[in-house]
Amino acid sequence: MTAKVVTVASGKGGVGKTTSVANIAVALASRGQKVTCIDGDIGLRNLDVILGLENRIVYDLVDVIEGRCRLRQAMIRDKRLPDLYLIPAAQTRDKTAISPSDMVRLCDELRQEVDWIIIDSPAGIERGFKNAIAAADRVLVMTNPEVSAVRDADRVIGILDAEEKGPAALVINRLDPAMVKRGDMLSVEDVLDLLAVELIGIVPEDENVIVASNRGQPLALEGKTKAGQAFQNIARRLMGEQVPFLELETQNLFQRLLGRK
Amino acid sequence: MGFLFRRKKSANSAKERLQLVLIHDRTDLTPAELESLKDDLIQTISRHIDIDPMAVTINVAHDGRSQRLVADIPLRTVGHRRGREPGRAAG
Repeated sequence: MTAKVVTVASGKGGVGKTTSVANIAVALASRGQKVTCIDGDIGLRNLDVILGLENRIVYDLVDVIEGRCRLRQAMIRDKRLPDLYLIPAAQTRDKTAISPSDMVRLCDELRQEVDWIIIDSPAGIERGFKNAIAAADRVLVMTNPEVSAVRDADRVIGILDAEEKGPAALVINRLDPAMVKRGDMLSVEDVLDLLAVELIGIVPEDENVIVASNRGQPLALEGKTKAGQAFQNIARRLMGEQVPFLELETQNLFQRLLGRK
Repeated sequence: MGFLFRRKKSANSAKERLQLVLIHDRTDLTPAELESLKDDLIQTISRHIDIDPMAVTINVAHDGRSQRLVADIPLRTVGHRRGREPGRAAG
């Protein structure tokens, strides 16, 4: 096996990186892929609670890198999906505890064991972000249809190009079709116009995301919700499938395209 | 359409504002620096050829993610003598 390393980054905090990493990992694992996700947010770990694995942590990412345990020992196996693992972040250390080359070494070792390594980048464009993208074969940039998130996404896309980690693929999260229709939210087309990158997913605003995080049961475990379905679609696109964007997602895009003439 | 007098949709304001902000973020060029670049350009070109300084425009255009500096510098025709007098601006 030679894993693909996918990092999820955004620049701005709170746009939904951790939720997306959890759901994309779950979606890939539910399709028979062997997946390890890594929480890159040292000092502010959260991927463990979103996945509902917080009570099973013994060792973390920094323990592996500093040689206190073997890689296998830090990989928490998800009981719901036997091919899904989590390497949690350390909570009592900071981003300088590891370096980009540590991440490359760790991922090289992991590549032999799994199909996918999904890394949750911290917000910002400093050390933690540099660590998170060091080993990436592909970077997904998350944004919301909102000025500050789009601006920060543009910065991140620019840095990825400069570091030859591009081209980035864009995920637009928390899109509210009703607001777009009213003209009170940037549409998918607007965001793509501004950022000029490839689109890999559109996730609609969905209350179920909060419910799922309350329970530690990622939405993509059951494909019934709109957001859960959107994450399943992102996983399929990562696997190379051509998947049309959801009805609800594209409705406004088409309307705008038609209305333009 | 009755919408003509309504306030502009907020999504349109967001897009227009972002378009400007992103140009400056990507090029690290402030509007003031662009102005001073324009002045230098006018001075240099004026040493060789007769131009109308007031008509010069300089902008950052973007095509996908790549940016380019676009300058429009109208030349004065040779017959247009009065602009040649020293100390006179646009003719």
